[in-house]
Amino acid sequence: MSLTPTKQPIIPRIKRETIKSLIRSGERIDGRKPEEYRKIQVWLNPVPKAEGSALVKLGDTTVMTGTKLEIGTPFSDRPDEGVLQVHAEFVPLASPSFEPGPPDENAIEAARVVDRCLREPRAVKLEDLVIIPGKKVWLVFNDIYLLDHDGNVIDASMLSTMLALNMAKIPKIVSIEDDNVIIDKSIKERPLPINLNVVTVSIGILEGYMIVDPTLEEEIVLDTKIVIGVDEKGRIVGIQKTGMEGIKPSQLDDIIELALKKAQELHAILREVLNNPNAYTTPLVLQ
Amino acid sequence: MIEKPVLIRDDGLRHDGRKPEDLRPIKMQVGILKNADGSAYVEYGKTKVVAAVYGPREVHPRHLALPDRALIRCRYHMAPFSTSDRKSPAPSRREIELSKVIREALEAVIFSELYPRTSIDIFIEVLQADGGTRTTGLTAASLALADAGIPMRDLIAGVAVGKVDGVLVLDIDEVEDEYGEADMPIGYAASIDEIMLLQLNGVLTPEEFKKAIELAKEGARKIYDQMKKTLHDKYLKIIEK
Repeated sequence: MSLTPTKQPIIPRIKRETIKSLIRSGERIDGRKPEEYRKIQVWLNPVPKAEGSALVKLGDTTVMTGTKLEIGTPFSDRPDEGVLQVHAEFVPLASPSFEPGPPDENAIEAARVVDRCLREPRAVKLEDLVIIPGKKVWLVFNDIYLLDHDGNVIDASMLSTMLALNMAKIPKIVSIEDDNVIIDKSIKERPLPINLNVVTVSIGILEGYMIVDPTLEEEIVLDTKIVIGVDEKGRIVGIQKTGMEGIKPSQLDDIIELALKKAQELHAILREVLNNPNAYTTPLVLQ
Repeated sequence: MIEKPVLIRDDGLRHDGRKPEDLRPIKMQVGILKNADGSAYVEYGKTKVVAAVYGPREVHPRHLALPDRALIRCRYHMAPFSTSDRKSPAPSRREIELSKVIREALEAVIFSELYPRTSIDIFIEVLQADGGTRTTGLTAASLALADAGIPMRDLIAGVAVGKVDGVLVLDIDEVEDEYGEADMPIGYAASIDEIMLLQLNGVLTPEEFKKAIELAKEGARKIYDQMKKTLHDKYLKIIEK
């Protein structure tokens, strides 16, 4: 059952009012402009045991995604495709308001939004992941791990998942006997085939004012938030409105326009990172 | 694998004979359950949903009570027999997500500050699923809340727009959802002109998105009128008695 959040971090009323009045005057509490993302830092392959991994810091929000590849059976209605799965864990070390246990509705929502945005534009070339049609295919597991929560988890999750997928290498298949596939995970044969990159842009709305990439404090004060997935071709590949207020339909054009503009910037960052992967292997945490 | 069926026929009509901008036949009834404070039954074509509202009532467990407003709880659930393959009755990840988006849509219209330290519990049961279950559920929940007499800023009408064989169509069913290119459910409060629920599962160009919103608003307005009439008729009957 989904219930009204009861455990949100408490923000003093005076600070709430400050955050609101700043947004109304086109400013932000952390000094950013309304349409400005926080600093994005990237660390590629922090976990070499995973077939691909990436850590992304979006301001103080830290997300790690690990991509694991396993052999398994395809879905019966899609015998000629590999399987893509996305899961998210909001582990208790990430925020004082998180508790141990199975993923809550927020974690499930984040994972499902990322999943949809990857699946619908066919970001991963699943048809190239078939070993024995109908019987053995590669299963691509993406596990999103939120390590530090300071708002806009979905954009950070999408970036780290996209990078982890791009870094993923398919292990060598040693032998196939009957339906028994033996792999050697120590030998990486080829990169995971990617069709195109996808990013999400989260836009917070307060009394009609739009801000991108809200921090946790801003998210608590906002009326509502809308997450828009945009692929490299500038198509909308997913939308999720979250939050407990409505949106004026007349504002949607502005929202989409802003999302498309910011998505180009995020795609440029992805391209820059993926074109020079060696420049992004410096540890971002534990240093 | 099953072959993709023809979704848009040569005559421009959809697989079930509807025009792109047509809704399925929609039925609504309120006050169908004795125990619930408010209830509603809604059909969009073959999709059948019942919703019940209990509250405002005492919160259990008590520590969840909020000092300044009512706690709103919402469960969207599909009956095991509602789909062609039996669905496990345990809540799936999908049902958990949909419970959240439906609750958030309803939070935006309920005057929850009028009932501090209480809970308003909304239960949605999908009896038969044939596409558009979350939007049918949202319509039913909204009617059940009105039937329970809970003050609201507006009613919310749910409807999905889809893209099938490259054509934008209103109120998609299961076949169109499964084989189509996009599914965009919306919840629209027509009198205050606000979108309370918006999701997109699929790929649309920005131009298509704009057209899809217009199509959805038109469809939602028709459903909204029918919702108002359903509630109106209920009170008319009481007066006649």
